[in-house]
Amino acid sequence: MSKLLSPAGTQVLFMGNEAIARGALEAGLNVAAGYPGTPSSEIIESLAGVARERKLYVEWSTNEKVALEVAAAASFAGLRSMCVMKQNGVNVASDFLLHLTASGTRGGLILVTCEDPGALSSVNEGESRYFARMLEIPLLEPSSFQEAKDLTKWAFELSETIGNVVMLRSVTRMSHASGNVICGKLTTKFRRAKFDYDGPVMDSRTGPVITTPVVAKHALQQGKLKMAGELFEDCPFNSYSGPKHPELLIVTSSACFLYSQEAIRMHNLQKRVGILKLSCTWPLPQKLLKKYLCLTDKIMIVEEVLPFLEENVKVLAAGMLKELGIKTFYGKMDKTLPAVGELNPDLVAAAMAKIMKVRYKSLPAAYTQKLQKVAVLIPVRELTFCPGCPHRASYWNIHNALQLDGREGFVCGDIGCYAMAALFPATGYHTTPTLHSMGSGTGLASGFAKLDVFGMDKPVLAICGDSTFYHAVIPALINAQHNRADITFIVLDNSGTAMTGFQPHPGLTVSAMGESVPSVDIAGICKAIGANVAISDPFDLEGTCKILNSFVAGKGSLNILIMRQICALSPEKKGKKTFDVKVDQALCLGELCGCNRLCTRIFRCPALTWDRTKKKALIDEVICAGCGVCYSICPQKAITKTEVIN
Amino acid sequence: MKHRVSNTKLHSKIYRGGSESPISKTECIEIGKPNCPALAGQNVATRHAPYKDPMNVIITGVGGQGNVMASRVLAGMLVSAGYVVTIGETFGMSQRGGSVMSHLRISPASVLSPQIPRGSADILVALEPLEALRVLTVYGNPQITVLSNSRSVYPIGVITGELSYPSPDEMNTAFEKLSAVHWMIDATSAAVALGNPVLSNIVMIGALAKTGQLPIDRRAFAREINKNMSADKCTLNLKAFDAGMGMIENIVD
Repeated sequence: MSKLLSPAGTQVLFMGNEAIARGALEAGLNVAAGYPGTPSSEIIESLAGVARERKLYVEWSTNEKVALEVAAAASFAGLRSMCVMKQNGVNVASDFLLHLTASGTRGGLILVTCEDPGALSSVNEGESRYFARMLEIPLLEPSSFQEAKDLTKWAFELSETIGNVVMLRSVTRMSHASGNVICGKLTTKFRRAKFDYDGPVMDSRTGPVITTPVVAKHALQQGKLKMAGELFEDCPFNSYSGPKHPELLIVTSSACFLYSQEAIRMHNLQKRVGILKLSCTWPLPQKLLKKYLCLTDKIMIVEEVLPFLEENVKVLAAGMLKELGIKTFYGKMDKTLPAVGELNPDLVAAAMAKIMKVRYKSLPAAYTQKLQKVAVLIPVRELTFCPGCPHRASYWNIHNALQLDGREGFVCGDIGCYAMAALFPATGYHTTPTLHSMGSGTGLASGFAKLDVFGMDKPVLAICGDSTFYHAVIPALINAQHNRADITFIVLDNSGTAMTGFQPHPGLTVSAMGESVPSVDIAGICKAIGANVAISDPFDLEGTCKILNSFVAGKGSLNILIMRQICALSPEKKGKKTFDVKVDQALCLGELCGCNRLCTRIFRCPALTWDRTKKKALIDEVICAGCGVCYSICPQKAITKTEVIN
Repeated sequence: MKHRVSNTKLHSKIYRGGSESPISKTECIEIGKPNCPALAGQNVATRHAPYKDPMNVIITGVGGQGNVMASRVLAGMLVSAGYVVTIGETFGMSQRGGSVMSHLRISPASVLSPQIPRGSADILVALEPLEALRVLTVYGNPQITVLSNSRSVYPIGVITGELSYPSPDEMNTAFEKLSAVHWMIDATSAAVALGNPVLSNIVMIGALAKTGQLPIDRRAFAREINKNMSADKCTLNLKAFDAGMGMIENIVD
């Protein structure tokens, strides 16, 4: 039995994401849709795993906007649905979200956004809490694993009570952290889908689901938000812990609540500092805040990343100035806490020490000195492509084609593991000077290619992965064709959404729920656009280079090369070597070769190491994935490969 | 390869209670004997005098070494034993050949921050020795216990020759100076001997169990992996666990 379906009353170790999924199941979820993105992916994955058993419909959608539309349809038909994405996914979904929040919803609809303060696995540390304020919907933020489950369940009730979307925001340190959760009851009530639309236009239960008349519907929406604010006043998930008369009041939410608690313990300030933990962060429960802001004149707001809570608390306090009197606020705006990156117990403790004028307990000086001496010995460990990764070979081919062309061409990067090509140490050369949002590499390339009339005559390449292709690249590609932008566009097709854990995408023949589905052919789409299309295996260096060279040199057409090779970590490939690869050290000339250590300085595979005693290349067989590509790059033919019979 | 400090230093450091109440040797768990609280149903952890509240454990290594799996198995055993465990970890981008770290907070009662404060780790388990040093410089303290795999995975900067990897001597000296007790074991070779280098994470968990630093044992491990592994995988993982146990010397005479 799946852990997600543990019987009521049992205590299990759930990842925050699993707790959210379980909460949704306890609320009687019917439909879930999302697009993979760290740290959110496990929610849809774990729901997909129990979909059949719990009679759910779960899908990976092509992008976050479509996912929200799929979830909304279920809500319009009276079902409970959830839509899941990472922080920047909300930007993708936001156009529909603006209209959805204006039309309102019927069955409970939760938009779950899992955000990544500090960008541990993102190329941004964007925030979507501001969307909740801007689009006038309630925002909930769980601050423990148990609460992640319970608050999700409550969110469905709230959404149905007010008739609008509820945003539930988690962060990496909640979604990807784990803790004990006591399971509640799984509901046995199953709903039937029924979509009514013949009623009066202003009847939110039976009328058409539209945003017009706009002003009247907007007023209705604001009424819903006000109702949520009133419900928040008595919400059991907001709580205060601390003395009756604290010297300092911390107002916090999400993982920052745990950091704040820890900081108080570190300083032993339980009798002097209180914490108001808010799980309902928009709209703020005004009466509740007033009650606790009254307790003291010093208030610190602890949150990630931008001062969202801080701004909103200050606005409320300004409105209640007569009753509350003048307060001193500490937070991001006065730089008590950093306004960038993620927080941790130490940062909160340091801020607290400053305000409370207490000394920070530190390690013995002698030990710290020893630490410093050791710290200088430790080399950084840069991210790189995995051993056997097709992208290393793909970029090797691209680099060689651009070198041969000699006009300083470049690649517009995109989002996926291959984004690491923008980080210099991942490969020994630099080809990718731009990296932004999903699909934007192709749009940028389309723009760069039109700059020839302004004197920039360089080959322009764009790259994307297979999942990204379906998500956001197609409009940019059509734009390039329509506007005659002569770019070389490369699809790194590794047969899955590799970075986030091999979720299926439209190119595969299997759906999130494991059903067999038709594959949407990338090459077919590209051909239909009118592009010149070729397919190659990036491990075949010679064949791939030949195509790339002609594409890069060519003018007058949109050229598309699909480089197809399965990810080295994919379940079908992982742990299985195709070749047994060795360095014949008798043939390796080391530094004297004249290749400037092409293998270990430029190709940079973690398994292809340098034997410091013999000053020659050496394969680390424990790490080597056996792709055999390095065999083709050694000018001395000192690397040998023998096929492994599996 | 096995390194450890002298017995006198061990006895003074290895069994720590709360800082206020030093624990005498007789109150400690005995090595080799199962010492898990009863597992029936919804239990609250028996308060184990020898364990600090919380016990802060860091498991570190290089992406792809099975760090997450090791932390899940360890946490699963402790939750079954009635503890409240909070794990903090990062994966995704950091998986790709970078340094990875899981923080485990083990408490009889409280949910804690998924990030351990600096200088406050009690036990460090490292699947790669350089990563052990890296974590030590941030989370180390004079009381820390270190259990490290001796097998190096070289960072790209070291392979290209731009950076240098500390020598075995430098590493040993560093471990000696920065920890109360440390073990270096060749878990990778043991795992390779069992047919798959990725088993080194389980070898390390077996070794950790044998050190007696945490209330885990072979029986709890077997029960944990039985939950979601096939029978043949369980057998292989138990072999890896046993190999790890065999690599730790009995520290109590």
